[in-house]
Amino acid sequence: MMNLYTRRVWTNRIGMALSMIAMSLGLIGLMWILWTLFSKGFAALSIEMFTQDTPAPGTEGGGLRNAIVGSGLILLFSMLIATPIGILAGIYLAEYGRISKFASFTRFMTDIMLSAPSIVIGLFVYALFVATTGGFSGWAGSLALSLIAIPVVVRTTENMLKLVPTSLREAAFAVGAPRWQVSLKVTLRAVKSGVVTGVLLAMARITGETAPLLFTALNNQFFSTNMGEPMGNLPVVIYQFALSPYDNWINLAWGGALLIALLVLAVNIGVRVAFRQKDKR
Amino acid sequence: MSEPSESAGIDLHARQVAKFRLQDKFFHYSTQLFALVVLASLLGILVSLAIEAWPSLKAFGPDFLWTNVWSVPDDEYGALAAIYGTVVTSVLALLIGVPISFGIALFLTETCPLWLRRPLGTAIELLAGIPSIVYGIWGLFVFAPLFAEYFQPPLQNLLGEVPVIGSWFSGPPIGIGILTASLVLSMMIIPFIASVMRDVFETVPHVLKESAYGIGCTTWEVVRNIVLPYTRVGVIGGIMLGLGRALGETMAVTFVIGNANRIIPSLFAPGTSIASTLANEFGEADPGLHIASLFALGLVLFVITFIVLAISRWLISRSMGSEGL
Repeated sequence: MMNLYTRRVWTNRIGMALSMIAMSLGLIGLMWILWTLFSKGFAALSIEMFTQDTPAPGTEGGGLRNAIVGSGLILLFSMLIATPIGILAGIYLAEYGRISKFASFTRFMTDIMLSAPSIVIGLFVYALFVATTGGFSGWAGSLALSLIAIPVVVRTTENMLKLVPTSLREAAFAVGAPRWQVSLKVTLRAVKSGVVTGVLLAMARITGETAPLLFTALNNQFFSTNMGEPMGNLPVVIYQFALSPYDNWINLAWGGALLIALLVLAVNIGVRVAFRQKDKR
Repeated sequence: MSEPSESAGIDLHARQVAKFRLQDKFFHYSTQLFALVVLASLLGILVSLAIEAWPSLKAFGPDFLWTNVWSVPDDEYGALAAIYGTVVTSVLALLIGVPISFGIALFLTETCPLWLRRPLGTAIELLAGIPSIVYGIWGLFVFAPLFAEYFQPPLQNLLGEVPVIGSWFSGPPIGIGILTASLVLSMMIIPFIASVMRDVFETVPHVLKESAYGIGCTTWEVVRNIVLPYTRVGVIGGIMLGLGRALGETMAVTFVIGNANRIIPSLFAPGTSIASTLANEFGEADPGLHIASLFALGLVLFVITFIVLAISRWLISRSMGSEGL
């Protein structure tokens, strides 16, 4: 009896100890990556990084200006494509698609798109857009990234709209508002901050995506704001520079990785802090 | 005197209602159209990959899947090496990642003090938000050298002489290779699996757990005999979600797998995966069979991940009692 009791206690102790070790491994991993990124990234950070373009192979100096501007433009346009499509599709799923077969099928497919391999989306845009219009371009990059952002926006919009109490909808219907006004002016407005959050998270998700840009936006070592041409962008520059034999390039890659990670972490933490304060109120 | 104005009022009202109805219909169909766009893009991926891959599928037939050749000069292509690398790295990543994710989820739901749950949970979610290219360069510059110096030689001394599994750890300890890719991948998928597991663990009714504690169960016994059986379906769904991520991951793998398009039984040896082959070769691929074969690789990857993710979503939604997460 005593023997069984001791064995149970020890099994429990070992199990709990292992779970604590697992948790610390996870935290150590996070700390390790952030520490490396911050120490190497901040060492590479300088004013020139924002004022000069990517250097030629084997030369000193230079910065990431063309890549930062290119990334900004590609991101801006992909969010301009993804936001309206995502929000309207989300409204459909939440307002009209509660019971319809088509809607639940779409919802299922959107969930799969959320984790679909991003490199395949790059291939798709290459076949659809780059091969047919005859060239790599910033537009192709935006299109590929927007395909990754759309499912995120759709699902957060839908989940947020589902939180709106039915009584609010019914009150609006009772005063004679048509359905589209109820959707756009009452329910969507009620969850405005949640939808904005979804858009921000989608942006954070695509900021560091490299694979879909490799065969769409390609890269451009010169400064360009022409979306119709290959365009420099941070992820692809990091990829190429990190795998190069030049110390200067590797250094710049760390700096670029730090910029991307800072943006992504800032959005993720900011969104959580904002929501937490709202919970408290 | 009053009659005409009243009927005009009704008339106006009817016209207003008719207008609203028309607008509603327009709104309904236009939102539906956007939902259709989302759906069509997914089907479009499948169709366009199949069309582009057609020359290769026609030339090699189903043999493409299990032929171990990838030769640009001879214009002969088979997917076996890439499929092997993809599957081996993903399965190894799961073997390493699942126990750790389980431990994290267990800690967050059972043992963690309440005030720490939120910050620790957020930390794990942040790990999921870090772009994969950051994992890639960290793996290449920081992890791989340390791994080659401090982990591979001892591992080789310990297991290198053992029959059968010894050959898994043979070859020069160069840091990059299949095992390193699996380790970096496992770090990437741990946060995904751990958050799903934590979420499904929290769906277990408190009454169930409390009654088990009430008859004297230890925390470990409650988790083994109450929580795990109750959430089995969702846990498997979470693992499949991690698998889906691992199969399609490009950047983290490309940096550390070594990119050798052949099958070497050693886990220390460089290999390749479907995604890293695409990332490496697609940009400079020759038109014709080479590019078509790369599209065929993409199609294979898409179909595999689609099936894995579909099963995962189905299991998770069944377990969470609602559609999706």
